[in-house]
Amino acid sequence: MSASWLDKNFKWVMTLPALLFVLLMMVFPIIYTVRISFFEWSMSASTPPRWVGLENYYQLMVDVRFWKSVWHTFQFMVYALLLQMILGVGIALLLHRDFIGKSFAKTVFLLPMVATPVAMGLVWILIYEPTGGVLNHLVQLVGIRPMDWLGSVKQVIPSLVIIDVWEWTPMITLITMAGLTTIPKDPYESADVDGATGWQKLWYITLPMLQPTILVAVMLRLIDVLKTFDIIYSTTQGGPGSSSETLNIYGYVMAFQYFKLGSASSLLVIFFIIVMSLTLLFMFVRKRLGGIS
Amino acid sequence: MEKTRKALKISASAVLCISMLAACSNSGTSKSNEVAGTGKPFQNKKLTVFMANHPWVELIKSYLPEFENKTGMKVDIQSFADDQLSQKNSVQLTSKAATPDVFMIRPLQEARLYAKNDWLEPLDEYVKKDTSYDFNDFSKSAVAGTIVNNKIMAIPVISDQEVLYYRKDLLAKAGLSVPKTLDELENAIKKLHDPDNGVYGFVARGQRALLVAQASSFLFSEGGDFTKGDKAVVNSPEAIKAFKYYGGWLKNYGPPGVMNMSWPQAMGLFAQGKAAFFTDASSIYQNAIDKEKSKVADQVGYALFPAGSAGSKPYNITAWGISLNPKSTNKDGAWEFIKWATSKEMTLRTQKTGVPGVRDSVWNNPEAVSSFPPELVSVIKESKNIGVGYDRPQIVSVGEARDAIGDIVIKYIMGEDIQAAADKANKDFQAIIDKDKSK
Repeated sequence: MSASWLDKNFKWVMTLPALLFVLLMMVFPIIYTVRISFFEWSMSASTPPRWVGLENYYQLMVDVRFWKSVWHTFQFMVYALLLQMILGVGIALLLHRDFIGKSFAKTVFLLPMVATPVAMGLVWILIYEPTGGVLNHLVQLVGIRPMDWLGSVKQVIPSLVIIDVWEWTPMITLITMAGLTTIPKDPYESADVDGATGWQKLWYITLPMLQPTILVAVMLRLIDVLKTFDIIYSTTQGGPGSSSETLNIYGYVMAFQYFKLGSASSLLVIFFIIVMSLTLLFMFVRKRLGGIS
Repeated sequence: MEKTRKALKISASAVLCISMLAACSNSGTSKSNEVAGTGKPFQNKKLTVFMANHPWVELIKSYLPEFENKTGMKVDIQSFADDQLSQKNSVQLTSKAATPDVFMIRPLQEARLYAKNDWLEPLDEYVKKDTSYDFNDFSKSAVAGTIVNNKIMAIPVISDQEVLYYRKDLLAKAGLSVPKTLDELENAIKKLHDPDNGVYGFVARGQRALLVAQASSFLFSEGGDFTKGDKAVVNSPEAIKAFKYYGGWLKNYGPPGVMNMSWPQAMGLFAQGKAAFFTDASSIYQNAIDKEKSKVADQVGYALFPAGSAGSKPYNITAWGISLNPKSTNKDGAWEFIKWATSKEMTLRTQKTGVPGVRDSVWNNPEAVSSFPPELVSVIKESKNIGVGYDRPQIVSVGEARDAIGDIVIKYIMGEDIQAAADKANKDFQAIIDKDKSK
């Protein structure tokens, strides 16, 4: 009896733990965050959350600091994504050729990705250190004036982008390399017969055939770059002033330094919507592009 | 095939059942684990303690076996960086968890909010229980810093005063005497500022929120304050003058990247011999004279915070306190730990190794201060007499207020108009105060 019941419902029994996990660990926090975003709450155990309706959202809309953090988030995303795509695909193309020490080079290029971002953030602080850091030393060797890097309002975002690019370009390389191995040989053979140059082969065969892979890589990175927290928090904590404060950092500050849980939640809800809509938009674009090629 | 599948299913469910049973029986046995009469009052009890990364904590940890042997308690001390500790505490306390039983807090930063949220057990009754604890021995001003609504919310452990660190060799070489006023200090900074040879005139914290505490002594010494009654006054002429000193020195004579510096970076730079003057808390002096970390260990001088128009008014605060979780299931054990960690005996021990304590008895005990640089001892004693008991606005939403006020200095360093910045900050600060009141 019990065996036959198990037999019938085996797929449910076996997926139940995963299902419960998703419900508890993902769906519940999202719903809870949305709920808290309509309340004012300082995490107090004695004064319960107070219903304020859309007040938290309204306050955010008139908060200059919020809009600045939106702008920083987008700046960071655009620079980081662009550089990572170009470098990542470029390195993958290079590594796809045959040369001596190829597997060694591959390993070295992929190393940054396995490092812990927070630890790397701390290492980069030392590299960027304006008075004793390695980078300013190198920069001076080639005759460029030493710079403030993370300490300057204008340079801080580009400097953070460099860290992110260093850390995550390998991921794009990895995905692209996987894509490269799936491209069949025959288009290249017929191109050779037609007398195509290397550039032409790259432009008319390799890149178009890689496109689906690249787009997947972009989407994965897009989501990740938007939510970057570790690198920024471990290096600048959003400073100097708030010139590298992204949405994630501002949300953290609101929740754990200002104890404004309601406002922080409403910020995160907006952030969630931004990430969702960008991803959906991107999936839409991908479908359209996929149809053309 | 079908058979093996079935076997697999049955064995899978059997494993599930067994593990559930195991879980049940586990909880059963732990309950019956009763104390055998050993004479130790807290035999088999456990205590979880959250602490900061601080030299004091390291010492407490090293003496911990002694306490564990005496009481039979098992104490688990976990230490975190300041911000992480604060976050950890608030998450645990919000969820009404029984752990940590004991935790460290920064009274000026957190006590008001924590007290408002009922996260702190008032300790008034506890300190009276045991006369040998001698609570009167604690410095009055240090205790005052931990009182909210007339209740003692934490036992002070570390007190701190803002002092001026300087380089004896550089001053001697330039024929300068130790600056006694802010104007004299400004001149000395100008003279010693020599970035081409790798020496900056002045270094201090430049991170927005963090700099507020160090700029507070400037503010008080110029006759300003954060608030007057319920009114924000950070845009007063006195305040502007104070912030101009602090921000101007960092801007014109400070190292590059100073706006990202907290005390470890600023102190690091000073210890590397790259700054002539540095102002921060007295309790971090060991970093400057530790021969392994500091290149200028022999050349560090300490001076009382220089006088402004209103005299010398450094902050003299309770930097860290230790508190009891009202939801703890072992409050007596927890208090036993606090009592031990802050006892005369332990304070004397920690003081002897150079960690400044808050009991008056240790400061008047020549043996206890023997490991401190003598100059620093007199500076600390003097600062305790004339100091101001806070270094940040005394309101619930301290974090937010510090960001608003720190913005004045940041904007000035970035080249914006300081009056406009101060007016804006004052308005924001006032809004924060008003909001606190209305809650």
